[in-house]
Amino acid sequence: MRTPFWQVLSAVFRKDLLTERRGRELLSAMGLFALLSVLVFSFALQLDLTSRREAVAGILWVTVTFAVIIGFSRGSATERENGSFEAILIAPIPRTALYLGKFLANALFAALVGSILLPLMNVLYNVRLVNTGAWGVLLLGVIGLAATGTLLATMTVQTRSRETLLPIVMLPVTLPLLLAAVTATNAIITNSPTSDWVGWLGLLAALDGMYIALGVLLFDYVIEG
Amino acid sequence: MTDTALIIADQLVKRYGYRAVLHQLTLQIQRGEFVALLGVNGGGKSTFLRLLAGLTRPTSGTLTVGGWAIPDEIAAVRGQIGMVGHQPMLYGTLTARENLAFFARLYPITDAAARIQARIEQVGLKRHADQPTRTFSRGMQQRLSIARALLHDPALLLFDEPYTGLDQDAAALLDALLLEAHAEGRTILMTTHELDRAARLAQRIIILQRGVVGYDSPAVGLDGLTLAAHYREVTGLAVARE
Repeated sequence: MRTPFWQVLSAVFRKDLLTERRGRELLSAMGLFALLSVLVFSFALQLDLTSRREAVAGILWVTVTFAVIIGFSRGSATERENGSFEAILIAPIPRTALYLGKFLANALFAALVGSILLPLMNVLYNVRLVNTGAWGVLLLGVIGLAATGTLLATMTVQTRSRETLLPIVMLPVTLPLLLAAVTATNAIITNSPTSDWVGWLGLLAALDGMYIALGVLLFDYVIEG
Repeated sequence: MTDTALIIADQLVKRYGYRAVLHQLTLQIQRGEFVALLGVNGGGKSTFLRLLAGLTRPTSGTLTVGGWAIPDEIAAVRGQIGMVGHQPMLYGTLTARENLAFFARLYPITDAAARIQARIEQVGLKRHADQPTRTFSRGMQQRLSIARALLHDPALLLFDEPYTGLDQDAAALLDALLLEAHAEGRTILMTTHELDRAARLAQRIIILQRGVVGYDSPAVGLDGLTLAAHYREVTGLAVARE
C-alpha cells in the first residue's frame, strides 16, 4: 500500500522548509555567493551606462545559476551523508511526489535569492530591474533551474566528484533556458516593447514544462543509481 | 522453499561495474527469525540488506520478500521493511518528534501522533523529544533511528552495523531494543562485526565470504569464542572484536 501522493509531496516540501529555517544551510550559501558575485562584477566592470545595461542580464543569470548549483549540491550532499535520503527511499512513496516536493522547495529557495538580487542590482547597476516583467522572467527562470537542479544534484551527489560534476552536467542542459532568460531580461532592461520579449516568456514556460516532465520521468532511475 | 520463509535469495548476483559483490547467493530466512549476518568488509553483507530494502537492484538471480519479487514488486514490500544503518538517517536540525512526524507522513498510517509518542517512550527519549537530534549522543540517535524504523510496524527489520560507534551502555540499550522488537514477532536481519554480541542475540548466524554463504548455523550453543573460530576458518582472518 502506497502513501498518498499529496501527503508525501507536502511532507517533503514542509520538511525541506523546516530544515532550512533551522539550519539556513542552502540560503546562506546561495545568498552569500549571489551577493559577493554581483558586488565583484559591479566593481570589476567599470562600464558606461549602455555597456552596463547589456551586461546586467548576463551577470544576473550567471549569478542565479551558480547560486543554485552551490545550494542544491550542498543540500543533496547533506541529506545523503546522514543517510536520511535513504530512509525516505525505503518508504512506500510515489517517487514523483518526492521529486516534486523537493523541486518546489528548491524553486522557492532560488526565487528568494533571485528576489534579493533584483532590487540590489537595480541599485548597484542603475538599471530598471524591479518591475513585473523582470519578476516574471525571474520566476520562470528559477522554476526551470530548480527542476533540472533537483534532478541533477540528486544524480551527481552519488558520485565522488559531485562538486565539479553538477555544473558540468547542468550548464549545457540549462543553456536554452539561460539564453531565453538573458534575452528577455535584456529586453526589459532596455525598455523594449512588451511584444519584443513576451515570446521569450512563452519559451521559458515551455522549457519549464519540459524540464519538470523530464524530472518526473527520470527521477526514479536517477535515485536507484 | 518452506512455507514460513520470508526472504528467499536464489542465485543472487550483484555487481558494481566489473566487481561482483554477491556471487550466486542462495539462502532463506524464516519469518520471525533473528539472523546475524557476519563477514569481512566488502563481503556483501550491506549490499544484501540494500537489495532487500530496494535501494539497489540485483544484477541477476531472484530475491523475494514475503513472496514479492524484488525489485519488480518492491512497492508491495516497502511498507513491511524498517531499516537502521550505521548512519543516523535523521535530520539533525529537527527535533526527535519532528523527525518521527516527517517519516510517519511517508507511510499510510492514521494514528501517527499516538505512535510517535509510544515509540519515543519505548526507546527512552521522552525527556529529549523536543530537542534537535544533532545535540543527541550517538546512542540516542541510534535509539531514535530504531523508533523511526518501527513507526509503521514493519514485519522485517534490517540493521546495518547498528553498534558502530556506541559505548557499552548505549550498546546494552540497543541490545534490549533489538530483543524487544524480535519478541514482538518481527524478523530481524543484522550485520555486525561483533561476534560475541551476534552469538548472544541472534538465533542463527550466517557468515558471508566473497558474496556467498560460507557458514550458516543456529546460534544455540555458540559463544563468542567458538564463533570466532568458525569466523577465522571461513574468512581466513583474525577476529578484531571477539
